[in-house]
Amino acid sequence: MFRSIFLAVVLFLLWLVLSGIYTPILISFGVLSAIIVAWIAYRMDVADHEGFPIQLSWKAVSYWPWLIVEIIKSNIAVAGLILGSRENIKPILIRIPANQKTELGQVTYANSITLTPGTVSIAVGENMIDVHSLSKAAAEDLKQGVMHDKVCRLEDLNYPLPKTK
Amino acid sequence: MAVEVISWLFVGIGSLFLLIGAIGLLRLGDIFARIHAAGLIDTMGLGFLILGMCFYSGFTLVTAKLIIIGIFMFFASPVSTHALSKAALDGNIKPEVDEDQRPDKRRLGAEE
Repeated sequence: MFRSIFLAVVLFLLWLVLSGIYTPILISFGVLSAIIVAWIAYRMDVADHEGFPIQLSWKAVSYWPWLIVEIIKSNIAVAGLILGSRENIKPILIRIPANQKTELGQVTYANSITLTPGTVSIAVGENMIDVHSLSKAAAEDLKQGVMHDKVCRLEDLNYPLPKTK
Repeated sequence: MAVEVISWLFVGIGSLFLLIGAIGLLRLGDIFARIHAAGLIDTMGLGFLILGMCFYSGFTLVTAKLIIIGIFMFFASPVSTHALSKAALDGNIKPEVDEDQRPDKRRLGAEE
């Protein structure tokens, strides 16, 4: 229930930012639609720890800057690969473990892998991820497991998830 | 003035990465390799373009909307990339790789 109320507040803030016209009638429409959407989400049972993971928010804020730095680094590496000689492009397939406790954690990990260019998660399941990598170096980096541990820590400190319903 | 220079610098970097991504789409071998080039476009290309436009528009509602677009793409682009590569795998397209280090060829997460 708490999650649904929070969802309504966030939706209304989003509505305020997107609208830009602030007359009483329009704002009341905004309040109304935010509440209706949150209520539908509550009825559909999608405003849970997966659909609306507010329990990750603070951890995510500390994880994103690190991720963005990684994205920029690997972007430059891939740009070099694309512009450089064809000889250097040696695609490789690897299977790496994903020992996050929740599916949300595994999705976060797979998404992070895909977001860093040079590595794409092509299949996820059974606590493992198949990764297609453009170069051996990127694959070796991934095997070191720095990102894996960071995503694990992202959810660990919030585990067990609070039952709000 | 300084802000304009910064914003054009960021837009320039973003455009450069769009160009490199486009070249990569043409140059690289199979679909799985080309996905990496597309990834270049929707991380650095898009990110720096949005950053540049944020600087250009200053503290306005437009900037807030740009940031929301950026956050949306941050979540949506890896999901669509994964959907694309999974669809290619399910369509029995074999990745052209130099080395396959998977212990076996079964598809993870596939429903039998």
